[in-house]
Amino acid sequence: MKKKLGLIVNPIAGMGGSVGLKGTDGKKILSQAKQLGAIPTAHIRTTEALKELLPIKNSIDLYTYPHEMGEEEAKACSYTPKILGSIIKGKTTSLDTKNAAIDMLNHKVDLILFVGGDGTARDIYEVVGDKIPVLGVPAGVKIHSSSFAINSRAAGSLAAKFLQGLIDLRAAEVMDIDEEAFRQNVLSAKLYGYLKVPHEEQMVQNVKIGSIPSQRETIESIAWEIISNMKEDYYIIGPGTTTKSILKKLNLEYSLLGVDIVYQKKLIASDVNENQILKIIDGKKAKIVVTVIGGQGYIFGRGNQQISSKVIEKVGKTNIIIVASEDKIISLKGNPLLVDTNDEEINKMLKGYFRVTTGYRRSMMYRIA
Amino acid sequence: MRKYHAPVWNERIIMEMGHKGERGIALPSTEEGIQKNTEDSESYIPNKMIRKSLPNIPEISQPHILRHYLRLSQQTLGMALNIDLGMGTCTMKHSPLINEELVKSPYFADIHPSQDDSTIQGILEIIYKFSRYICEISGMDEFTFQPGGGALGIFTNACLIRKYHEINNDLPERNEIITTLFSHPADAACPATAGFKIITLYPNSETGLPDIEALKAAVSKHTAGLMITNPEDTGIFNPKIDEFVKIIHEAGGLCAYDQANSNALFGITRAREAGFDMCHFNIHKAFSSPHGCMGPACGAVGVRKELTEFLPVPIVTFDGSKYHLDYDRPNSIGKMREFMGNIETILRAYSWIMCMGPDGLRKVAETSIININYLVKKLVKIRGVTLAYPKQNIRLDQARFSLKELKDETDVGTDDVARRIVDFGVQEYFTSHHPWIVQEPFLPEPCETYSKEDIDYWAEIVRYICEEAQTNPEIVKTAPHNQTIKKINTKPLNDPNQWALTWRAYIKKKGKK
Repeated sequence: MKKKLGLIVNPIAGMGGSVGLKGTDGKKILSQAKQLGAIPTAHIRTTEALKELLPIKNSIDLYTYPHEMGEEEAKACSYTPKILGSIIKGKTTSLDTKNAAIDMLNHKVDLILFVGGDGTARDIYEVVGDKIPVLGVPAGVKIHSSSFAINSRAAGSLAAKFLQGLIDLRAAEVMDIDEEAFRQNVLSAKLYGYLKVPHEEQMVQNVKIGSIPSQRETIESIAWEIISNMKEDYYIIGPGTTTKSILKKLNLEYSLLGVDIVYQKKLIASDVNENQILKIIDGKKAKIVVTVIGGQGYIFGRGNQQISSKVIEKVGKTNIIIVASEDKIISLKGNPLLVDTNDEEINKMLKGYFRVTTGYRRSMMYRIA
Repeated sequence: MRKYHAPVWNERIIMEMGHKGERGIALPSTEEGIQKNTEDSESYIPNKMIRKSLPNIPEISQPHILRHYLRLSQQTLGMALNIDLGMGTCTMKHSPLINEELVKSPYFADIHPSQDDSTIQGILEIIYKFSRYICEISGMDEFTFQPGGGALGIFTNACLIRKYHEINNDLPERNEIITTLFSHPADAACPATAGFKIITLYPNSETGLPDIEALKAAVSKHTAGLMITNPEDTGIFNPKIDEFVKIIHEAGGLCAYDQANSNALFGITRAREAGFDMCHFNIHKAFSSPHGCMGPACGAVGVRKELTEFLPVPIVTFDGSKYHLDYDRPNSIGKMREFMGNIETILRAYSWIMCMGPDGLRKVAETSIININYLVKKLVKIRGVTLAYPKQNIRLDQARFSLKELKDETDVGTDDVARRIVDFGVQEYFTSHHPWIVQEPFLPEPCETYSKEDIDYWAEIVRYICEEAQTNPEIVKTAPHNQTIKKINTKPLNDPNQWALTWRAYIKKKGKK
């Protein structure tokens, strides 16, 4: 049976960046970008990705949206796509992206390939959640979400491998920042949720290497490490799939994007805010478990602002446990871990080498800047 | 460039060949006289050891067997058949053929490991003398040759560290071993198997070496020791290694030097001068004995005087006139392998170092260093190839390169090039151990064996493939084309449900008969 591939192009993605506008969210900014002479690049990225899929062209049905939202690029690459929905040419908005995602969901496509940036990923996430696999072709100004392939060609080739059943899926963070605040030089990132994204595990091709643990095994072994050391402390567990695997292993309900508190392997409070945390740990011994959020390396101040400087101060540096798979640390490319609490003193106090838990009885020394 | 195509035999698995009743050798029946005077041979076997049914082994004629295994041998690229310098961390050097004559000699081959010491004085003398020379090469005081491979050698070192802390009543508290990301992965895996927690130091992104500050932050009252490779698996030598050792000693730990690949160190630097308490050598790599994949290999372990009491038993000793096997060592960690290990590796290595002499050994190191640095100069000129940590200008035994630029530009990555390279009659190269902190890596190591022409030819193949990546990337991505097998789907390699390591497991999983 032919596989169904959905293609959604955000034609204005990336236009703000070329003229220094830090994104293209919002109508006013777009017209400002156009006035400044911004050149659209999304269609180039789309074509590059689609070319990688040409070898399996005959075994896929391509679904896309009209005109510059995919139809033009698909036809230019000699595909005969099925066109869904309708748009006003030259005036697409985020609503069109969402409508396209709804239509693709209804047509039960096997994979949505979307071209855009963090804003586009968020729009798709709001509609699709983890119902069907998606993959981002990076074309936007802000690319913090890990739902994107490293470049357009890699996106095309990953999509092709996935549609041929050669690779599996992973959960990828959907991050976005408040562009308006970003333009005022305030960075406030939020973790919106997780998309299912095709993922190529490093293949074992050489007998010298032996087997490499999969992502799932690594995350489970991190969870076992934390659980096997649990004693008389309150565990403040930050957002993320790595940290929440601890609650999963303990068969506890958890809020993926929120902060939960565990005491003696029981859930004490779910999705708590700063004040609730401070109240619960008042006069008690506590530990903080956080992971590295997003590709930039933040451990505090991005997506887990509830674990505030006051909470950190109260818990103490030695009671902070950072968990991350080796892969995640390596994806930082040697750049340090970052903290951005609202208290400069706390930021300074956290600087230096830290022992990051990378698996069961395994850790790695890594620097916090 | 040489035109090459490997033989393709599409040979079946031996278990699927032959017919019931087919025989390789027809044995004559026992003579009547003997038959009359002996009982049925089965009566000699204890009841509980007798098979209820015959073993399921192939029944096949002699010419078919010969044909089968010769075909299989034709489908491999052995060390003697190709320029096999792409296997960084374990490129094999040439093993002089004369040494094979020595191990085949009945004077050696017919020795039984249970023979009395007095009847094997010759081989004990060789083992003893070799241990004296290798002590001189490393600066250690005593050696064991029992471990049957490099990883078992490292595991032996982990057990020695454990024993040391146990004797000092420190063991439950001292439960952490520190290693580095670019040390051989066995330096983490072996102590983990011995029960230690592992702390890995991440390399500095400029130098490729671990930071002293990271080590200082890692040591504590729990530190049992440091297990480290130097030069690391990047070919970069850590010049502050003595400071590392000092910090661990001050924290109360021991230091083990992984010198599996000591090719660039002979006569240049020793474990003792850097302050190490113990070290290990891969005799089957650096000392010219052939590689055997946990078979006839030897991970020789050497220690300082203070630790000799913990070595595995037996140790060969000399009383001035006779050699003995000393088992009377109450604090020994016990046995790492049966008897004395793979002694044939020691016989070959002894012959090799006696032929080389001290100056020859030093020349091995110098030639290895010159060879890799020459290869570096050739490879960095190729579009798409970069050297990891380029600010370090000297590599010792090997060098880690990256094809990330090639991948970004053409989508051809290191796995593709590794598969394509076999189309030119050289073995697949080693990408590198995981994790791939250097992206799209490969790790050649010419050692002292390969000539300038060999190195030039190998570099030319890499250049040719990188050019193909620009002009015809599909040919690289779909490689191999001239080989015994075509490109395979590697996904099942990561899925234990699809593995079958034995025929019986295969039948079980496939449900076939």
